[in-house]
Amino acid sequence: MNAKVYVTLKTGVLDSQGKAVKHSLETLNFKEVTDVRIGKFIELKLEGVTKSEAEKHVKAMCEKLLANTVIESYKFEVSE
Amino acid sequence: MKFGIVVFPGSNCDRDSFHVPTKVCGQEAVYLWHKDADLKGVDCVILPGGFSYGDYLRCGAIAKQSPVMKSVIEHAKSGGYVIGICNGFQVLTESGLLPGVLMRNTSLTFICKYIQVKVNNKTPWTNKYDAGEVITLPIAHNEGNYFCDEVTLRRLESNGQIAFKYHGENPNGALADIAGITNEKGNVLGLMPHPERISELILGGTDGLRVFESIISTKK
Repeated sequence: MNAKVYVTLKTGVLDSQGKAVKHSLETLNFKEVTDVRIGKFIELKLEGVTKSEAEKHVKAMCEKLLANTVIESYKFEVSE
Repeated sequence: MKFGIVVFPGSNCDRDSFHVPTKVCGQEAVYLWHKDADLKGVDCVILPGGFSYGDYLRCGAIAKQSPVMKSVIEHAKSGGYVIGICNGFQVLTESGLLPGVLMRNTSLTFICKYIQVKVNNKTPWTNKYDAGEVITLPIAHNEGNYFCDEVTLRRLESNGQIAFKYHGENPNGALADIAGITNEKGNVLGLMPHPERISELILGGTDGLRVFESIISTKK
């Protein structure tokens, strides 16, 4: 079982890294980029759990450790 | 007063944090290893600056899971004193002992310099300062940009929990110029500047010393 977790800053929270990258893309002439948000991608390998258990556990992992929900939101996909 | 200085892998201000209460203030202190849940009967826990667990994932995120932090949280909840300096402040917000979070500096650079802060002297950590006194303290951090939601900010302001505010210049983009806050009861303080680095004249000043003297003075 694999889980892919994406953690990003919530909308409204200033992403200064994203801003710097957007600016850099502009200087490369990619003028169509209107916004850049930078986040984390975390890949987990899981064993001995069903898919629905895995989904429940990964959600708990995000809440307890992988994301800081004061400023970050998360989404994940679990696949066999 | 007995101080306990927590040592995480990657702490690098633990020796300074030990030196000031003992050699400068004449108090007792012990080191508290992160794997050890025993707080050895200390009155005041210091979470020092540094890069606990390499700042992996988020600053302070891994440290909050360590055995010593479970005891520190219990100690704080029963009214014991806890001060988190720099990385220690980040550990306190991650642990939920203080509200909010410390984000990356808006400049995206590590900032190491002296700054001015205005003191709110109505906390157990600042009672030796004058009301609204402006002092000079060193900062050295990459993630000192304090953020919390509006409701929390209003609560911090109305309860007088903002112990230190940047004065003149806000170096890192922190909300409402916040440099340090306490919890509601006032027994937990977190701050980005380093009072332990400026507590002796030989090291350039003593503006930080009264943080230690203030808390020591609360012990009957």
